[in-house]
Amino acid sequence: MVPVSYYLILSGVLFACGVIGFLIKRNIITIFMSIELMLNGVNLAFVAFAAQWQHLSGQVFVFFVMVVAAAETAVGLAIIIAVYRTRETLNVDQVNLLKL
Amino acid sequence: MTPSLHLWLIPVLPLVGAAINGFFGRRLTRQAVGAVALTFCGAAFAMVLYVAVRFASLGLPHTEFLAHWIRSGDFFVNFEFYLDQLTLVMLLVVTGVGFLIHIYSVGYMSEEGGFYRFFSYLNLFMFFMLTLVLAGNYLQMFIGWEGVGLASYLLIGFWFTKDSAASAGKKAFIVNRIGDFGFLIALFLMIKHFGSLDFGQVFAAASHLSVETVGFGLLTSIGLLLMVGAAGKSAQVPLYVWLPDAMEGPTPVSALIHAATMVTAGVYMVARSHVIFDHAPNALTVVAIVGTLTALFAATIGVAQTDIKKVLAYSTISQLGYMFMACGVAAYSAGIFHLMTHAFFKGLLFLAAGSVIHAVGGEQDMRKMGGLRQFVPVTYLTMGIATLAIAGIPPFAGFFSKDEILFRAYQANPVYWVIGLFTAFLTSFYMFRLLFMTFYGDYRGAADGHDDPHGHANHGHGSPHESPTIMLVPLMILALLSLGGGWIGIGGRFERFLGPVFASGDLSERAAEASHVLEHSLMAMSVATAGLGWYVAWLLYVKRPLLPQRIADSLGGFYEAVVHKYYIDELYATLFVKPLVEGSTSILWHGVDQGVIDAAVNDTAHGATHVSEAARHMQSGNLRSYAGWIAAGGAAVIAYMIWMGVR
Repeated sequence: MVPVSYYLILSGVLFACGVIGFLIKRNIITIFMSIELMLNGVNLAFVAFAAQWQHLSGQVFVFFVMVVAAAETAVGLAIIIAVYRTRETLNVDQVNLLKL
Repeated sequence: MTPSLHLWLIPVLPLVGAAINGFFGRRLTRQAVGAVALTFCGAAFAMVLYVAVRFASLGLPHTEFLAHWIRSGDFFVNFEFYLDQLTLVMLLVVTGVGFLIHIYSVGYMSEEGGFYRFFSYLNLFMFFMLTLVLAGNYLQMFIGWEGVGLASYLLIGFWFTKDSAASAGKKAFIVNRIGDFGFLIALFLMIKHFGSLDFGQVFAAASHLSVETVGFGLLTSIGLLLMVGAAGKSAQVPLYVWLPDAMEGPTPVSALIHAATMVTAGVYMVARSHVIFDHAPNALTVVAIVGTLTALFAATIGVAQTDIKKVLAYSTISQLGYMFMACGVAAYSAGIFHLMTHAFFKGLLFLAAGSVIHAVGGEQDMRKMGGLRQFVPVTYLTMGIATLAIAGIPPFAGFFSKDEILFRAYQANPVYWVIGLFTAFLTSFYMFRLLFMTFYGDYRGAADGHDDPHGHANHGHGSPHESPTIMLVPLMILALLSLGGGWIGIGGRFERFLGPVFASGDLSERAAEASHVLEHSLMAMSVATAGLGWYVAWLLYVKRPLLPQRIADSLGGFYEAVVHKYYIDELYATLFVKPLVEGSTSILWHGVDQGVIDAAVNDTAHGATHVSEAARHMQSGNLRSYAGWIAAGGAAVIAYMIWMGVR
């Protein structure tokens, strides 16, 4: 039996990778992927605890998260394509029309 | 129960006039403005005459309650009117002389701008002065006291575009504040120790206290503080400096406010408070000394002045000194008697001086007058009567009142009498000097119109000319009063009339004890002194007109000092004004106001700016830096929780 702390550490590492990717990357696609990574890090923690406490609600939450993530991916990618069509770039620093 | 006389109408009538002229005067014609002012002032005078007629049938003192004003625990102040013999005399003087001066003003001011403003202020002054005189308690008196100060300020600065007039008004107001400070503290002491400001209650309480012959007790303090107030209002040493400057106002104002009525308010107040002063002989001595010194001091300055109104101003100060001298030797009725005759002849002198100034087109320097006798005969005649009256030549009014004062002063302390007599000589001298310089010799002024400080500019002056009838009639009436006004004092009638007010015991008995020989010899001496002053003035200014300059030269520095009014204004400027201005500038303005208050406000704002400037960088608009902050915040929360868990 793998101790739950291992899963949590892996989950934390995944989440941290996501955060760091989100912060330092400029490509919108990469940032989007980093967000997915953070969601999956959280999902891992949910299922780890669900297994630990023999409780289904953690797994149910994971399904919810995956559904929301899928929807978000669909909408997000659509936005990214729209952005690329108008701005011809995927660099977030250049998508700055709303900035003062 | 005596019937109500509606005393409140007396002050309120002029107030209505002031309001009408003040609010609507701009749209009225000059005739209408003059008519309104004269009607309401005259109505007040008629009311006073009505009161005078009913006077004998009244139970005195007659008080009329109008309304509650302040009620705070046991302490209360009402709007109340108080009528006794003293009030009646003051009312007659104020409304009578005031009405005559109103009539005169219609002529004198006829070519001035701000006609309605002038009459509005003048009526306002009457309202406050009558409030002061009729007040039934000290607080109501104080309203009038401050109000006449306000009216005085407004009227001195009537030609407010002229810098000297504006600053003279301010000077009068500020110097009066010093006196009012004393008056106010006296009122506070009364509230604290007597629990009332009502005349009846205060005097009853004061008369139950023992006479403070030694030391510095409550009544002495109150008396001295009241005297500080009186010295401010009545231009006594050391607060007299504002009155000569007040001559910047129009001449009728000088006559009404700065000669006949307002400046006598201090005398009235001391006489009204005689119960307090009778129980505080030390305070009374101070009153006498201040009065005597002022009389002498101002008279010596008056001798060397060349501005016709300045001479009269110093003369007024000097005569007010006489009145305080009288009050100071507890001869209150003599003081009030002199107040009354002084109102007649000094009012007349100022009005006649105004007529002279009018005649020569705004010139006030006597050195540029002379020989006016032939041009303005009525003015000459009336001014001559007033001069005889103030000099104390019998049977003119001033003789009786001044003689009464000198007699009482002699009984109290011959030193007062000696100084008073010398002052009488000076008075006679400078007044005849004024008369001779103005009306005798050859006309020394320019024949054509010239620059004029008082806005008579387009007057079209050829040779000097007599004033219009509307100005001469008041002169003549006042001349009659200056001639015969003193006769009511013959045989002590005036004193007996005021007797019930000042009935404090030994005074009239002491007067009766004095031998008639003494009285008559003193009288002869004062007449001789007045005659001597007349003669010396005649000698110097008619017979040998070159002599005064030689005397002035031989006196050298002393003469210079007198011409410069003993440098008192400069002394005050150095001692009080300059340190005050500089202290205010460097400490209060630059130090406290700019350094502390402004700095606190500004530095708070600047500090907020700096902090915001630093914090502004957090809000860059860069989404990833926000995410970074969120991540850092989340990391900090987790770190804290882990640390808490470990602990």
